[in-house]
Amino acid sequence: MENLLEIRNLKITTLRGKQSVRLLDKVDLNIAKKRSFGIVGESGCGKSITANAILGLLPYPLRVAEGSIRYDSKAGERELLQLSKKELREVRGQEISMIFQEPMTSLDPIFTVEMQMYEALSFHHPGLARGEMRDRALEMLRRVNIPRPEQTLTSYPHQLSGGQLQRIMIAIALINDPRLLLADEPTTALDVTIQAQILRLMNDLKEQNDTSIIMITHDLGVIAETCEEVAVFYAGQVVEQANVVELFGQTAHPYTLGLLRAVTSLGGESRKLYTIPGIVPPGGQWAQGCRFADRCEKCMEKCRQAMPALTEVVPGHLCRCFLHSEEVEQ
Amino acid sequence: MFKKGKSTKNRALPGNESLLRQLWNDPMGRAGMIGVGIVILLAVFAPWIAQYDVAKMHAKDKLTGPSAAYWFGTDNFGRDVFSRIVYGARVSLVVGIVAVGIAAGFGYLFGMIAGFFEGKVESIIMMVMDVIFAFPSILLALFIVSALGPSIVNTMIAIGIVNIPVFCRTVRASVKTVKSTDYIANARSIGLKKMTILFKHVTPNVMAPFTVQATLALSGAILTEASMSFLGLGIQPPNPSWGSMLSDARKYMERAPWLVIFPALFIIMTILSFNILGDALRDVLDPKLKL
Amino acid sequence: MSIINPKDALLDVRHLQVYFPIKRGLMKRVVGHVHAVEDVSFTVRPREVFALVGESGCGKSTTGSAVLRLIEPTGGEVYFGGENLSALTEEQVRLKRRDMQFIFQNPYASLNPRMNVWKLLSEPLKVHFDLSAGELRERVEEMLSRIGMTPDQLERYPHQFSGGQKQRISIARALITHPSFVVADEPVSALDVSIQAQILNLMMELQQEMELSLVFISHDLNVVRHISNRVGVMYLGSLMETGDTEELYRHPAHPYTQALLSAVPSHDPLHKSQHIMLEGDVPNPANPPSGCPFHTRCGRCTEECRKHKPALREIAPDHLVACHHVE
Repeated sequence: MENLLEIRNLKITTLRGKQSVRLLDKVDLNIAKKRSFGIVGESGCGKSITANAILGLLPYPLRVAEGSIRYDSKAGERELLQLSKKELREVRGQEISMIFQEPMTSLDPIFTVEMQMYEALSFHHPGLARGEMRDRALEMLRRVNIPRPEQTLTSYPHQLSGGQLQRIMIAIALINDPRLLLADEPTTALDVTIQAQILRLMNDLKEQNDTSIIMITHDLGVIAETCEEVAVFYAGQVVEQANVVELFGQTAHPYTLGLLRAVTSLGGESRKLYTIPGIVPPGGQWAQGCRFADRCEKCMEKCRQAMPALTEVVPGHLCRCFLHSEEVEQ
Repeated sequence: MFKKGKSTKNRALPGNESLLRQLWNDPMGRAGMIGVGIVILLAVFAPWIAQYDVAKMHAKDKLTGPSAAYWFGTDNFGRDVFSRIVYGARVSLVVGIVAVGIAAGFGYLFGMIAGFFEGKVESIIMMVMDVIFAFPSILLALFIVSALGPSIVNTMIAIGIVNIPVFCRTVRASVKTVKSTDYIANARSIGLKKMTILFKHVTPNVMAPFTVQATLALSGAILTEASMSFLGLGIQPPNPSWGSMLSDARKYMERAPWLVIFPALFIIMTILSFNILGDALRDVLDPKLKL
Repeated sequence: MSIINPKDALLDVRHLQVYFPIKRGLMKRVVGHVHAVEDVSFTVRPREVFALVGESGCGKSTTGSAVLRLIEPTGGEVYFGGENLSALTEEQVRLKRRDMQFIFQNPYASLNPRMNVWKLLSEPLKVHFDLSAGELRERVEEMLSRIGMTPDQLERYPHQFSGGQKQRISIARALITHPSFVVADEPVSALDVSIQAQILNLMMELQQEMELSLVFISHDLNVVRHISNRVGVMYLGSLMETGDTEELYRHPAHPYTQALLSAVPSHDPLHKSQHIMLEGDVPNPANPPSGCPFHTRCGRCTEECRKHKPALREIAPDHLVACHHVE
């Protein structure tokens, strides 16, 4: 396989009453090796469930209705959606690991940092001696710049700050040298100065290891600082995807443009902020044509009748908009 | 972000529908309402529903099984079991309602005081409640009745006292939760008076868990009454009570199983109906579940 | 200490202090204090937006609540329109609330779930005015249209609205009595990016129309730069720097302000921000460091900083900094 992860035609549905409601619609993504890939969008656009689907962690009643997620594991190519629970557990934590938004609630409050790190380690390396585990844990804590690692090892989560906990979450996520790290809003709950520390740490770790990162965030600033390739999600679809420089420099989709203008018009001369009217339509209430049509200032007649296809506007830059391509989604 | 799969129950009702209407539209609520409704109907219309006088002994028909004449059979004195169960519903309901009334009234008062005036007052009230709570409820009720003497009134008082701490705790906990919410802070920032906040903002939000608790406590009280009567310290003969009927039936269990089965069935149905109704009420009273 | 004549100020906060007792054990003995706000002074002029920025736990929200006496300050004075709020009785403050209101961070929690829009909006009017039913209806509907909603939504309950709409309702509830002063505590941080801009625009419009003075509390430095005329930067309960917003963003003088501003991610992948990395974490406010509160993380820390807490000094017109090393 050329890529580390290939998502094809992924559809995720949930149940509302007895009705099946689509939350993610025909998503295709390629995650290259040793790259950092950003997924950006507002809440309810489907970015978190995509990450959860990769690890087989969709909570009931959400489920993958269709599609494939192929992963190039150490032991060869695998279809993640067809793995047994046992096989999935082996992949999880060892080859693909995840860090979450809330470091405060992601660690178990009744165990020390040490025990939680050993647990992650021994699950995938049974038979490791305690001394070896300790050495490995200390090494990881040093790599994520935890001051006084020996002391931190025997601390309980409530004795540590949010920034320290997120470092520890990263240390646990990386302890088995995963090939892919899923980071779901890893800095949203943190202050800016701590966010800057964590983002730098993640950039450094990516350089040092051969780890690919999928960074899921609503913050375009975080994307600009950490990612090489970006996909913009809107209402369960990819609406634009490109190299980060291309995306910020040659923005094609009106939604991406709106998001960028909403943040970059801050601090400008005009006191009036650029706004996208309306709200993100929730799953089940998507329009027939382009799902952004109702909020788009460039909306045309045909946008309401047919859905534009995700097409390449320049090599490597995909966009789903009739302004750039006539192609209709089948 | 995920929408938590809260409840897939039927809740497509606007907020203004009456409570009963909403309960009726919820399948569980409907089941509970029907069950409770049957018990209430039996209790209210007992004289018309019952075929015989509860105390009348049909000397020729002792321990006969269910038949067209005696739907649920007769007991060892030849009394009609169906009629006794119908009148028993009256006893159960009255004891339940009065006892829960006592418990809820005092529990609400103490709970409000404890929740609103923190500090020493709260510590003392909760200490007393903990002491009451520490006794197994049936033991405490039996103790109170043996001190006051067995009678229907004393049974109600005893069950009432035993249940005060449950209400007190529920109310205090919800007052404290509501007090710390942003919308109470908001009400203060608007400039509302303390008493207005208490009555307009705190009370309605406390009423929901309180009502649910009351429904659930009713089933508990009915069960306690049945247990006490079973032990001979509740309702005294010749008044029929489901508990005492069970107790009297023990000796004839093998020969006349209907003596056990029918009162037991009614106890189970009543308790279950109240519990189901309580759960349904909880859903209906939660404004966030309405769409 | 204030640059402007306190008589010109609508709000004049002097040496505000808020300590929270830490209680332990069965007898709830006081074993220490969290120093949430430590000697904070600032002024807000009429029709001005003054922003308080800082990271979580710096005391900015506590300051906002204490100014309105929603939390009782343990020290200092707050003058509102020349009147010492700290000296008023609780009942007098309650009547004052018509003129000074608070907008909460989380619209999901700050609206009573059992009250519909009509009740939420008419309640403040009923408390402070004696209006006829017709006047009441008129003022509620006027406010409703002002926030972009229609009278047919009056019967609805908060959970039937989106986050942005809920925050519109909160804003309407706070502004319906036509106050002259409002504290807004992180009013957009619970909302999605595209909704934030809508709400910020609404607040700016209303602020100008109603000639409001606004204390805007936020951790979002981009938003603060956009919305405010003047800024106060807080760290560990103390004000580190205040000044005109543009001046402060262009020439941050305090080492903490410099680090804070540099930490904001840039939106240009070709020109990534040059972050000034701060080592370690914010100290525990129950056990604050001696001297300058920032000295444990400051690159320019000297002996002087460990010993003495610097006072706010004017380094340029209307630009005050609490640092020993700034000239």
